Amino acid sequence: MGIRVCGISKRFGDFLAVDDVSFEVKTGELIALLGPSGSGKSTILRIIAGLEVPDKGEIYLRKTQVTSLTTQKRRVGFVFQHYALFKHMTVEKNIAFGLEVRKADGSFIRKKVAELIDLVKLQGYEKHYPDQLSGGQRQRVALARALATEPAVLLLDEPFGALDAKVRGNLAQWLREFHNQLQITSIFVTHDQEEAIEIADKIVVINRGRVEQMGNAREVYENPDSKFVASFIGRVNVLDAVAGDGRVVIKDTPYAVGNPDAAAMKDGDVVLLIRPEDVGILSGPHPYAIPVEVRRIHYRGSHYEVDCLVGSAFLRLIQSKNGFDSLELSEGKKISLVFNSYRVFEAQEGHAEVRAKLKELGYIE
Amino acid sequence: MQTEILLKTRGARSMGRMLLTACVIGWFLLLILFPVFGVVKEAFQGGIGAFVSNLKEASAVRSFLLTFWITLGTVVLNTVFGTILAVTLAKQRFRGKLIMEGLVDLPFAVSPVVAGFMFILLFGPNGWIGSWFEAGGIKIVYAFPGMLLATLFVTFPFVAREIIPVLKEFGLQQEEAAYVLGASRWQTFWKVTLPSIKWGLVYGITLTTARSIGEFGAVLVVSGSIINRTQTATLFIHQEFTDFNYSGAFSAAVVLALISFGILVFMQKVYGGKRRS
Amino acid sequence: MKSAVNSKSRRKSRSSTPGDLVLRSLSFFYVFLLIVLPLIAISSRAFSGGLEGLWRNIVSPQALYSLKLTFIVALVMVVVNVVTGTATAWVLVRYDFPLKNLMNALIDLPFAIPTVVTGIMLVALYGPNGLIGGLFGRHGIEIMYAKPGIVLALLYVSFPFVVRTVQPVMIELDKDMEEAARTLGARPLVIFRRVVLPSLTPAILTGAALSFSRAIGEFGSIAIVSGNIPYKTQVASVYIYGELESYNPQGALGMSMVLLICSFLILILLNRLQVWNRRHEHAD
Repeated sequence: MGIRVCGISKRFGDFLAVDDVSFEVKTGELIALLGPSGSGKSTILRIIAGLEVPDKGEIYLRKTQVTSLTTQKRRVGFVFQHYALFKHMTVEKNIAFGLEVRKADGSFIRKKVAELIDLVKLQGYEKHYPDQLSGGQRQRVALARALATEPAVLLLDEPFGALDAKVRGNLAQWLREFHNQLQITSIFVTHDQEEAIEIADKIVVINRGRVEQMGNAREVYENPDSKFVASFIGRVNVLDAVAGDGRVVIKDTPYAVGNPDAAAMKDGDVVLLIRPEDVGILSGPHPYAIPVEVRRIHYRGSHYEVDCLVGSAFLRLIQSKNGFDSLELSEGKKISLVFNSYRVFEAQEGHAEVRAKLKELGYIE
Repeated sequence: MQTEILLKTRGARSMGRMLLTACVIGWFLLLILFPVFGVVKEAFQGGIGAFVSNLKEASAVRSFLLTFWITLGTVVLNTVFGTILAVTLAKQRFRGKLIMEGLVDLPFAVSPVVAGFMFILLFGPNGWIGSWFEAGGIKIVYAFPGMLLATLFVTFPFVAREIIPVLKEFGLQQEEAAYVLGASRWQTFWKVTLPSIKWGLVYGITLTTARSIGEFGAVLVVSGSIINRTQTATLFIHQEFTDFNYSGAFSAAVVLALISFGILVFMQKVYGGKRRS
Repeated sequence: MKSAVNSKSRRKSRSSTPGDLVLRSLSFFYVFLLIVLPLIAISSRAFSGGLEGLWRNIVSPQALYSLKLTFIVALVMVVVNVVTGTATAWVLVRYDFPLKNLMNALIDLPFAIPTVVTGIMLVALYGPNGLIGGLFGRHGIEIMYAKPGIVLALLYVSFPFVVRTVQPVMIELDKDMEEAARTLGARPLVIFRRVVLPSLTPAILTGAALSFSRAIGEFGSIAIVSGNIPYKTQVASVYIYGELESYNPQGALGMSMVLLICSFLILILLNRLQVWNRRHEHAD
């Protein structure tokens, strides 16, 4: 077991930042701690590194309990969101710092630094200062510096947060390949679920200091355990509904759905979460399909997005270009919808925030 | 168990912190605060009666009054001219501007006695300017005007330095907005510029006041320290001290210390948070 | 950025209004009268008597001694001030303790108190009859009217300089770098030495230069605490005063010129330090 986090809690004044968090990372895995800002994910990372002391719980690195060890003794590699490079030292000196502090032999240090510079492809920049480098280059220096001491574990705090979108994508890929090469147990923190899905072996979804779900990308995307996970990962439509007699009826409509989720629901208000790509379109009215009218059509280059109203709820679905043409979709056309896959969750207070968040992200209007 | 772990990780670091904090506070108390308490104790050694009678002495009263007038004159003149200077330096471009900016800071670096000496040379009875006034029967040095000039010199930079950065940073865009809306230069100055430098002015004036009250070296040289005629409060204290009249010196010193304290408290209340954050 | 450049050039092309010229003239007048003329007056007087005479005055044994003394006490004070000032700034910025805000406000006390009052306070406490002075006196150590007293007075009046120049820099310091050093295995003292101190160096040097500048010119407090004993406790500023009192302006001129030149040099140094400081900040 590379990293084990057991029952970690941390309070800052009145604010409970981390609430009984436990998870494990296998040796050599690259996992993502994914969550919105303020969810406590960075705090968890810092606790693992020893930069914060938890109020409760233990941390195990490679089977050893490290909770009472100082950061210096834990030998973790840490890459900060804004790199935290030593401004007054050259690239070389930055990378060599950890080794110099451990009083390693001079020639050994020189060799190691050269190796790492090769590894991160910054040959020629040895004598540069941080302010002479681009964001992506600084990030690679930060990484090389963290790896110089050969840590057992690598922790990255929003490593791509400070970069432009284009650079981000490339670097994320690069990090994954890098990890494949080194096989070092790693955790990286991010709020970008696409990033997490793209490069992590496993994703731990964190919300409000708690672990919502842990699993690989597909598990988390297709079988979300909670409303939060379902709406945070990927895009989703949120429809209000009422549960009763094992069926779930969409509000302001006579239409019901009845999958196992729905059958198990207690009577009361619920929400129906359905991803845009899981809605099928049939031309004209059909039995067992929900009749709606096309309200708006958005061209997205690779596909179309179609907006319609189900009762009073807004729904957006995805339609491939071929399907679009064969259905001859246009605004005002009457079609029917089939829900291929959806999740039903209880609606508690939380629901309003989910909607608000989705609105904010532009997924719904 | 958890608390043990917490204490162990925190323990060593806290010890170091507490030790350092104690040293720093101790140094501060010993160096800066103790003497203040010391002199208060000494001043009231002979009881409050002695303290008051020391201060009621004619030469004492006159010296405090003189300090008051000089401070008033200095504050008014340096505020007005300091503002003019600041506005000129912040907004205009002209030859020699850099040199002028450098000169503004000069009084800080000059020793007070040298400053006094310069003014004696210039405004004394044989000086370039002084000789003209001497011919007309007006004394500058060894009299009030000279003392005022010397104090103006040493407090010269305060107001200007406080305002210039503010003007440079904020002034331009707001003023241009005012012009576009039809305000004249004068109106703009009163309604837009002046309010934006309000706090800088207050701070600069406070510093000027404190410095004027406390000025010694330059005024000593320029005034000749003539008892009852050209002695400020600080000169009075010096006189008492060299006459071995310690009680008088201490009493006056306590009064000045209290005034300084008051100014400091005032500065902290009005300007404290803004400055140090 | 672009708009600032544009508006500046716009301003330049707009010719100066009469109002501008009035302000400029007044400014010139004031600066000329109060600063430039006095400087010219003393310089011309100093050099009019011939360089030889000036030189002879400066290298007279008493003058040389006072210069040496001035520099030594100033240096000692600066070293102590740098250490204590940095430590004080650190504690004020990083730690919390009761009455911290009060102490922070009182740091400026030496700036607010008149220098003679400082001298009086120190004599009261460290003089032969004072609480602490008496104690040392019994063991044969003189504080007042001797060199330690001078250093003490200088420490008092310059105390805020280093603290106040270092404080803002420390507040802006990026804690990330220190945390990074921690993860790399460096212990607190190493972190301070290799990560924090380099960032503080320009500010510390500025504070040191300001303290030094103040120290070589300080008069009021030293006039009281030193006893003005030539060849023992007479510093440059007091020497000048002594020469003036004995109607020997020539002697005073030489020393004044030396101090003035030092002031100029320090001003230039401070200016360079400011530029260096700003360049360091832009490393983000």
